[in-house]
Amino acid sequence: MNDMTQTNLQKDLKIVGTRPLRPDGADKVTGRALFGADKSLPNMLVGRVLRSPHAHAKIISIDTKAAEALPGVKAVITSKDFQDLPSEFVPAGEMMVNFKDMTRNIMAREKVLYEGHTVAAVAAINDAIAEEAMALIKVEYELLPHVMDVEEAEKPNAPLLHDDMITIGVEPAPKKPSNVAKRVEFGFGDLDKGFKEADLIIEKKFSTQPVHQGYIEPHACLASVSEDGQGELWVTTQGPFVVRNFCSKILGMSTSQIRVTASEIGGGFGGKTVIYLEPLALALSRKACRPVKMVMSRQEVLMASGPTSGAKIWVKIGVKKDGRITAGDAVLKFQAGAFQGSPIGPGAMCAFAPYEMTNVRVVGYDIVVNRPKVAAYRAPGGPISEYAVESVMDEIAQKLNLDPLELRLKNAAKEGTQAPYGPKLGPIGMIETLEAAKAHPHYSAPLGPNQGRGVASGFWFNIGGETCTSININEDGTVGLTLGTPDIGGSRASMAMMAAEELGVPMSTIRPIIGDTSSLGFNFLTGGSRVTFSSGMAVVESVREIIVELRKRAAQLWDVSIEKVEWVSGHARLVGSENPKSLSLRELAEAAGKTGGPIVGGASINATGAGPSLATHIVDVEVDPETGRTTVLRYTAIQDAGKAIHPSYVEGQMQGGAVQGIGWALNEEYVYDDNGKLLNPGFLDYRVPVCSDVPMIDTVIVEVPNPKHPYGVRGVGETPIVPPLAAVSNAVSRATNIRFNELPLSPPRVLAAIESR
Amino acid sequence: MEYFAPTQASEATALLKKEGAYVLAGGTDLLVKLKSRMLKPNVVIDLKALPKIKAIEKTTSGWWIGAATPCAEITEHEELTKEWPGVCEALGLIGSTQIQGRASLGGNLCNASPAADSVPAVIAANTICVIATENGEREDLVENIVLSPGVTSLKPGEFILGFKLPRSQGRSGDSYLRLIPRTEMDIAVVGVGVSLSLDKAGNLETIRVCLGAVAPRQVLLPDLQKTCIGKQPSEELVQTLVELARKACSPINDKRGTVDYRTTVAGVLTKRAFKIALERAQAK
Repeated sequence: MNDMTQTNLQKDLKIVGTRPLRPDGADKVTGRALFGADKSLPNMLVGRVLRSPHAHAKIISIDTKAAEALPGVKAVITSKDFQDLPSEFVPAGEMMVNFKDMTRNIMAREKVLYEGHTVAAVAAINDAIAEEAMALIKVEYELLPHVMDVEEAEKPNAPLLHDDMITIGVEPAPKKPSNVAKRVEFGFGDLDKGFKEADLIIEKKFSTQPVHQGYIEPHACLASVSEDGQGELWVTTQGPFVVRNFCSKILGMSTSQIRVTASEIGGGFGGKTVIYLEPLALALSRKACRPVKMVMSRQEVLMASGPTSGAKIWVKIGVKKDGRITAGDAVLKFQAGAFQGSPIGPGAMCAFAPYEMTNVRVVGYDIVVNRPKVAAYRAPGGPISEYAVESVMDEIAQKLNLDPLELRLKNAAKEGTQAPYGPKLGPIGMIETLEAAKAHPHYSAPLGPNQGRGVASGFWFNIGGETCTSININEDGTVGLTLGTPDIGGSRASMAMMAAEELGVPMSTIRPIIGDTSSLGFNFLTGGSRVTFSSGMAVVESVREIIVELRKRAAQLWDVSIEKVEWVSGHARLVGSENPKSLSLRELAEAAGKTGGPIVGGASINATGAGPSLATHIVDVEVDPETGRTTVLRYTAIQDAGKAIHPSYVEGQMQGGAVQGIGWALNEEYVYDDNGKLLNPGFLDYRVPVCSDVPMIDTVIVEVPNPKHPYGVRGVGETPIVPPLAAVSNAVSRATNIRFNELPLSPPRVLAAIESR
Repeated sequence: MEYFAPTQASEATALLKKEGAYVLAGGTDLLVKLKSRMLKPNVVIDLKALPKIKAIEKTTSGWWIGAATPCAEITEHEELTKEWPGVCEALGLIGSTQIQGRASLGGNLCNASPAADSVPAVIAANTICVIATENGEREDLVENIVLSPGVTSLKPGEFILGFKLPRSQGRSGDSYLRLIPRTEMDIAVVGVGVSLSLDKAGNLETIRVCLGAVAPRQVLLPDLQKTCIGKQPSEELVQTLVELARKACSPINDKRGTVDYRTTVAGVLTKRAFKIALERAQAK
């Protein structure tokens, strides 16, 4: 438990809330920054992965003899090189992972479950030999029928991916295995009563496609295991400690045997919270006793790393004539990919979370299909379920002739509202974002022909979690700050800002770095929008602790008790003295040898009290009535940040999330052939938006402080991807006067609807 | 893999007869295929050291555009863009700004994709290509080069040296439009190039319309002579063109579009491209 007072909200802030340059900026723009694939070691080998060409098949045999005999090949591994592990769930970001599944996902054992599933890996002295070796590995498959869609997969006669999968969450437990891994249910109240009270009921089915996180940097790592079994891993990841723990479990090594260093990261968005190449590179290196570097191609990233779920959703909402919601009911069916663990839990929990509900139920199903296993993607599950609810809300507004923001204001969740997933909410900014949207000039700007304006709101929980940091006062009074959470969105800047604010020194005197797994205690990963909140809290606690130490040192030098020393603007000052005495941080650092040695500190916490962040987005689109092509004309994202430590990076998160959501809404989809083979494994035909596809995304930061954080911080990284799906779909629906309920709104789909109107 | 950069066309044609030999112009297709392991060439012949292969020259009958001239140099050529705005706009749609610094007209044609952006525009413009052969040079119309996806009519050892774009005289105009779901970095779902000229009365004197990405190769609309020439460019004529365009389509369903969608949009873009070319001609 941590209980940090929010004293800082009242005082004048000098650094927090300003926009200084980021400490890692120069290295990024000059190309000096080292990413996952940028490091090399002497005697390094190239590791490559042999992947399944089939969507579903039994592995009869794997013969690696010829590959092993090829000169230049130093190691070949298959599932035989990994111990089997029992079923055990552990958290990864906002998702859960199961080690029995994880060891099968990183290397197929009995079966291959999707095209691109790893069946073997080789390490050789160069890429050409590694490729030749892969061609020499003989894998005998027995093909099995495959299934790609949740509604096909849940049928009783569907091809079964796992013959021991009994649905969790159903009483009594089913006797027969199925592809339905889990059922969840949330809600309260009396649905029948609620729907009876309604003047208007809208009930609709929706579908969304799985979409990839689309990080620019493919997965990459460099592993080196020495002859005495000590492993080092350089890797692009959101969580070096989590990677260490996953790999040690998979490889049967102790935690201390693996030291993981996170490289700079070229995007993660949740997709780099799990492991793919890492245990393979370590296993190859262990076998070859040489360093092994592995880098995925874009094709491998799209074929075999986790997208988020595609889904089928059913929503029913009842309202009074004045727009007040009387009941909400939803069923969600999420693709898990080849192994259980879709974000069905959080997806179901937040479906109706922006609203004050009296009668609500959400039922969710986690369903396995022959696609790559899903991984976390920004607010996992939230965009999917909230897309469906926010689409129905827009239709209700149209049917009742209500302003869509007014409809939302009438039903907005606020402090004290019981969330559909159980607890009573603390202060949240739903109403504030809606009011800001209403007041924004965008909302009242005129629209032209074939244009439409859509709005949608979004909710995300945010998390805290285990975090620790260390702090050193250097000999010249500058400050070293070591953090355990990789910097994806400018966190080195925001951590240095909070430390500088607390300590009363300029930000430039603080040097924040990301430590490796041997330099700090365990840190949970960068995810769940938790870093500015949790690491920020740990930083503030570290600084407060070191200020006590600094006062102690000054008291020693002045020969007074510590109570006589206060800390003001980076200086120790003697309280109530007639001739004021003061010692600067530098003077105290220089005298450290005389007062007990180096001045160091640190904090370790399990942060609780993360505050949900709400957002409302407004988007204008124009739909070409002859081609069905949608152009996004104007976009405004409004979000409650609690407190924006560095507003530019908060705005960056809001803009990035909005753009990813626009891609999800308009064009992104996987195209498979009848055999379950991916036809568009590249950015040419897997269409994430390019810069010219989107207008400048306007942002408005609303600040409803989170009382549980010393500066009022909420997480901001995930919420921005929640509203865009529905906002864009609502805008297209209003521009064409056709209600759309399937994503993506690609030109052929929109034109077909226009033509059959 | 061996790399050559010959300075004489005869040297290049001889090298090109080697097994597994591929031509390198801008490399925007070849390098992608190499990196994705679609191709494993034994020999790569870089054409960029050949004379006139990267030149833009005004000639007595029109323009010479070297086969390996980067698109960016063509689209920044003031006089040429004024005379052939449609052709230059098509080149300006290939890939992205960075890609256009390398991509070339010769490469775009010989990659033999039915979706190539420059090809419908240069076919509409009635362009001739000059081909290097073992026995010197030969000429052919651009519309005779692409046969089917990835296949050209060039014989072993042959490659394209450059293009002869005719002079655009009098009241003439051209245009190119394509549809992609995004705004750049994408492949045409449908592309349409139109080139036309008007007589003194404002009636159509010549017209060529070429469609891309709706058949295994670019389609030059047939029978425009009798349906269009000498006629006023009326709404009725536009509708005739739309119908002819849709009739000429024989597309496939693939990850980039459906048969129905491509056929419908081919008509829409034909109408729009025709109107742009007409306005350009009428403005002269």
